[in-house]
Amino acid sequence: MDKRNRTTNVLIVGVGGQGVIMVSKVLAQLCQEAGHDVKQSEVHGMAKRGGGVFSHVRFGAKVWSPTIPEGEVDILVALEWAEGLRWIRHLKPETGTFIADCQKIVPPFACRSRKRGAEPAYAPQTPEEIIDQVHAGYVMDATGLAANLGNARAANTVLLGALSTALDFPEEAWAQVIAATVPPKSVQINARAFAEGRAWALGGTKRIDVTASGLQKSRAEVHHPQVETVVEITADWCKGCDICVKSCPERCLRLNDQLKAELALPDLCTGCQLCSWLCPDMAISVTNTPVQEAAS
Amino acid sequence: MTHALRQGADEPLGAGQSRPMTGNEAIARGVWEAGARVAAAYPGTPSTEILESLAAYPAADIHAQWSTNEKTAMDVAIGASFAGARAFTAMKHVGMNVAADALMSFSYIGVNGGLVVAVCDDPGIHSSQNEQDSRIYARFAQVPVLEPSDGQEALEFTRTAFDLSEEYDCPVFVRSTTRLSHTRSAVTLGARQTPAARVFEDNPRKNVMIPAHARMRHGHVLAREARLREALSDSPLNRVEPGDARVGIITSGIPYTYVKECLPDVSVLKLGVTWPLPDRLIREFCEGVERVIVVEELEPLIEDALKAMGIACDGKAFFPREGEFSPEIVHDGLAKAGLMPARVHAAPFEFAPMVRPPVLCAGCPHVACFMALGALDARVAGDIGCYTLAVVEPLKSMDTCVSMGSSIANAIGMAKAGTETRPIVATIGDSTFLHSGIPPLIDAIYNDADITVFILDNHITAMTGGQDHPGTGRTLRGDPAPRVDFFALVKALGVRWVQKVDSYDTASMQRQLREAVAHKGVSVVISDRPCVLDPVRIKGPAMAVDQDSCIACQACMNLGCPAITWAEGWHEGRHKVKIDPEACIGCSLCAQLCASHSIKPADIAEQV
Repeated sequence: MDKRNRTTNVLIVGVGGQGVIMVSKVLAQLCQEAGHDVKQSEVHGMAKRGGGVFSHVRFGAKVWSPTIPEGEVDILVALEWAEGLRWIRHLKPETGTFIADCQKIVPPFACRSRKRGAEPAYAPQTPEEIIDQVHAGYVMDATGLAANLGNARAANTVLLGALSTALDFPEEAWAQVIAATVPPKSVQINARAFAEGRAWALGGTKRIDVTASGLQKSRAEVHHPQVETVVEITADWCKGCDICVKSCPERCLRLNDQLKAELALPDLCTGCQLCSWLCPDMAISVTNTPVQEAAS
Repeated sequence: MTHALRQGADEPLGAGQSRPMTGNEAIARGVWEAGARVAAAYPGTPSTEILESLAAYPAADIHAQWSTNEKTAMDVAIGASFAGARAFTAMKHVGMNVAADALMSFSYIGVNGGLVVAVCDDPGIHSSQNEQDSRIYARFAQVPVLEPSDGQEALEFTRTAFDLSEEYDCPVFVRSTTRLSHTRSAVTLGARQTPAARVFEDNPRKNVMIPAHARMRHGHVLAREARLREALSDSPLNRVEPGDARVGIITSGIPYTYVKECLPDVSVLKLGVTWPLPDRLIREFCEGVERVIVVEELEPLIEDALKAMGIACDGKAFFPREGEFSPEIVHDGLAKAGLMPARVHAAPFEFAPMVRPPVLCAGCPHVACFMALGALDARVAGDIGCYTLAVVEPLKSMDTCVSMGSSIANAIGMAKAGTETRPIVATIGDSTFLHSGIPPLIDAIYNDADITVFILDNHITAMTGGQDHPGTGRTLRGDPAPRVDFFALVKALGVRWVQKVDSYDTASMQRQLREAVAHKGVSVVISDRPCVLDPVRIKGPAMAVDQDSCIACQACMNLGCPAITWAEGWHEGRHKVKIDPEACIGCSLCAQLCASHSIKPADIAEQV
């Protein structure tokens, strides 16, 4: 190994509000107390607004760059499953350790498709296929473990427990820094969360929690027959009140020059029938007729 | 900001101690250690925490305040300098555009008490509208710019900047970037200095910039720059790190750390001051190496200067002129220059990561405002703030966003152009309105523009993390302050049609906006609800979805609320929805949109 690889690189990722910064502060403090040079770098800004959060912690004899070069992450700690997958390419291919909570935070953006039978556009990868490709990997139900202890928000401390097994600091040193970092009234629960996480991770170098296994495969297959939607608007009954136009979730209706409602963007119509139910003059009818699907 | 930070009662840590600090915290410590008496700023990522950190030092040591905008802050600092105190202002790069008018003149005037400007650039545009390079402002204003590379230097350079300012009679820049501002590293603290007491100096020929005086001062500015240029060749701020003489790298700031990461043994000229450049030192360094490479983020300021000096060098031939540098980018550039082997991409994971764009918070009072504007089919001139997120799915109801305070005057121009058939609405947040929205509103009234101005009052500067402003009734240190009454202010400016609306009442919001756009001339609508995050996190009883009656129409999904996602169940091929009770704050917008009355407060839903 050349000189610059002697720095240890830990990347901590998650979603705003999960406690990514707390995890990285504990680690950075621990490293400094152990006499290492430390740099910890994060980018704020949009993080509060539900976007991804990441924090680089680097320590060693002398740390130069505040950020970890791609492919040089020794340990990736993910507080959320899809965020872990976002950064997994940064893991050292031969020796990297991946520690993730199987917690899923589905963003509203993933539920945008209006196609019949559409599933959330959430990361489809399963823990099994990911763990298979890393040197050491842990996919745990940290949130579940923390919830059992009485506070799901201590999930980040559970992950710290798992992280502690991959780094060379004494257990008491971790405990001291955590106790000094968290609010006084939550010292006990965090101590227990740390112990749980540590004990769980000591159970093997490749471990997937039962609740995490098959993370994405649990969904029952549902068949959604295709339908043909016909929207009929009786112009004579329409008085141009605009209710259907304003309430259509897809905004596919409009008032024409004669102030009569018309279906301007039929491709966007999902056949939800809201307009027909809300029309005070019963001028709209929506019919969904199943279409014969070609046998495959 | 946390209330612990606001108290500022704790005794500052003593000299000699070492602790991890962000670049911003270190700059603040440097300001305090330099004995500065007055500091003013307007919040702006990534500079915001500098003033917040300063507010944690004793009020008896330093007056720290939020100003209404960067020019005001700069002028407050200039006033304090006139009065003999060491003074400080901080801003993000684009804030410098606002403050530049005062800066350009003050460069001619020079200082009485030392004046330091921290300007934080945002290469990579993490949270800005451009990535302009503030070093060019320093060159333009002919003032020195110091570029620290880590927390320790951020502290020391800031302290030194005050000395330089007084020694050379000029304001001095300390330039940070997002990466430095938000990186924690160990910083050893120093003691607070007590600069020699000064009072106002009666000297109109220096202090009053009428043409006759300014002509004389211009010569002073040029002579100052020449003196600085010479002195900086011997300054410890610029240092040569001797190494392999086959190549010499000239760099500064954060890129220096990337160079050391990639090539720890190379010859480096580390410039702590990137304007004016130390000509003599640069020539000496370049003569001692076979080849010169310049590694600088954003603009080729050093590279161009070297080329003007007749020194052969390469820079932007290998390194990008846009975006934030990283160890990878610097590695790639050095590899292109033939100085190290190319990176090996051994990434086994070739899937595209899920998209997770930032969204407006659950219960954000801006949401209903932009829903209503979408329903109005208005042409919307937007502004800078969280609400700029309304440009993307699902709200998609903002058409322009230029710079702080642009919305209202942009709307005037659109109206006067006479090409628009849709109603023209300018949207502007409370903090942005106070920053630079009032003069354009006066302009609109004066010129009788047929526009609607929608002031989105959420009682805080939200985008930067919840800072106070004159509309919140509190100062930077949390002391009570008079509170701007937006309604009375707008009335006093001469607006005839003004209405306040509740941001959580979608029906009256739509009705008021319809009336407002129908009004000929300037109309103003003020939406009124506090930000759900700051100054206090709002959490009301959560709403819940009755899974039996939900018809999966997706109307609530159009809010883009992060608390609402798809449930397991289906209705006619569409997912029903569910609400995360932890994330939901109970704003009830979704319930107001729900035509099947499936969304009710969770406690009521349980009883049914």
